[in-house]
Amino acid sequence: MNGHKRKKKLSIGYMIIYLILILWAITTIFPFAWVINNSFKPSREVVNSSFSLPAEFTLDNYENAFKKQNILKSYYNSLVISCSVTVAVLILSSMMAFAMTRYNFFGKGLINSLIVSSMMFPIFSTIIPVFKIMTKLGLLNNPLSVILPQVAGNLSFATIVMMGFLREIPLEMEEAAYIEGAGVRAVFIRIITPLLRPALATVAIFCFLWSYNDLFTQLIMIRKRVKYPISALLIEISSKYGTDYGLMAAAVTLIILPVLIVYIFLQKNIIKGLTAGALKG
Amino acid sequence: MLYKKKWPLVIFLLPGLVMMLVFLFIPFINNIRFSLYDMTSVVLMPGQEFKYIGLENYKNLFKDPKIRIAVLNSLKMMGLTVVFQIGTALLLAIMVDAVKRGQHFFRIVYFFPIVISATAIGLIFKLFYNYTGGMLNQLRTLMGMEPVNWLAPNIAFIMISIPILWNYVGFYFVILLTGINGISDEMYEAAAIDGCSKFKQVFYITLPLLRGVICTCITLGVTGAIKVFDLAWAIVPKGAPQGLTHFLGTYMYEQTFTISNYDYGSTIAFLIVIFGVTASWIVSKIIRPDDNL
Repeated sequence: MNGHKRKKKLSIGYMIIYLILILWAITTIFPFAWVINNSFKPSREVVNSSFSLPAEFTLDNYENAFKKQNILKSYYNSLVISCSVTVAVLILSSMMAFAMTRYNFFGKGLINSLIVSSMMFPIFSTIIPVFKIMTKLGLLNNPLSVILPQVAGNLSFATIVMMGFLREIPLEMEEAAYIEGAGVRAVFIRIITPLLRPALATVAIFCFLWSYNDLFTQLIMIRKRVKYPISALLIEISSKYGTDYGLMAAAVTLIILPVLIVYIFLQKNIIKGLTAGALKG
Repeated sequence: MLYKKKWPLVIFLLPGLVMMLVFLFIPFINNIRFSLYDMTSVVLMPGQEFKYIGLENYKNLFKDPKIRIAVLNSLKMMGLTVVFQIGTALLLAIMVDAVKRGQHFFRIVYFFPIVISATAIGLIFKLFYNYTGGMLNQLRTLMGMEPVNWLAPNIAFIMISIPILWNYVGFYFVILLTGINGISDEMYEAAAIDGCSKFKQVFYITLPLLRGVICTCITLGVTGAIKVFDLAWAIVPKGAPQGLTHFLGTYMYEQTFTISNYDYGSTIAFLIVIFGVTASWIVSKIIRPDDNL
């Protein structure tokens, strides 16, 4: 009798916990579901009944976004920037990590503390002088003006992740390769890089998402509409057509969608990549 | 000994170091230098020179009512982050751990807002808060209530804080849940045999063993709170209404890039560094992470 009562009480407790957990899950799904749903409605319908499914299903908002707002151009700009940042960070950080974990040299400690301390610099504290450099070189509105500071900003974190990974790899394979007469370059490309693959994936995910989502640098460096990456374009659309709710919903959906699709396939790696990035610092 | 020849170091180390030097370290020093000069433009005309004004900009900080709002808002954000963001994450992590089933699902769903750009989330909440036809006012109309101005001066800060806080809960949730999963089951079983209820186990086992992880989360949260920009800017740019929703980051941006007050912007940027370093130092002093590990 007593045991029975206890079990019942416990399961009510569990029900409440599940309820709370599901409620929170709804808060993280609802905003995105809401905005996707409303992107298929004309604006006047969004304003009046944003909770129901589209009564008057339309793709006009998307047509508007692609044709008038030229969102594809911004996708392209964003891809150029984020891919370049990712590739550059992968190459530079794996090389640095290789040097830092395999060689002993004068000043190694200093360089190590420079790498660690640079993770403490918020972007705000370097952006004005970087803006000055870009103005001087005439690089404003050029993707390079966003790429270069983003590479530098991600480099220290990436190097630290790679260093942690490389330290765990025993030297035997490299030893064998050197005995067989391989040079440093061959060892780095044929042995180190394949072994680093998991760390490369973590860093790539982190850098790409970070760069794709970063509005601050885009706003400062790119001031021409045709050169806008996707986040900057979104802000522009919001300030000019903020009252066209249908268009806003479609534009927001278009920026979310690629990430959502990739997230569905790679959620485990993405979660690991993004939290590892923070924890290493 | 492998790796005795040092010449490859130049090739491997130099490109990365040069990048960091040119785009991080030198700018960081230059930013401090800028804050001591009166800069009329970013780039000097030939023959022109910036006037050295010493700590004038730093004195101006004390006279500027808007920076006071920005500082207060950023400090409030730090506090709110610890209490609501990390607090909620901790509660959710403990609850998900207690129910055992569905961990994978909750991880994926709770984490999702983090991969989405803060700009997009900001614009979704802008659509929620709009006066005419915004989502919240539609809800109020459905319930027979009058529409409300969600970004009125007295509530604007809270309304902007909500998505900023909500957005990152999943991040700390995943970190804390990973920490909880690392605690061995034997510990809980032993406690259960000694008659320790599930509720008590949280206080006597989970929380003390999680101290290091919680400390990491608080440090990350506090330093993250100081970097708020994208989301706030997407909902209302320039600290509207009346600068009441300015954070240090948004105010620095406005001063530098819309008012072109570069030296004052540099001053605020350096202030952000000071606040960040001080905050993480205080956190590490209050909750020494290594005490129980």
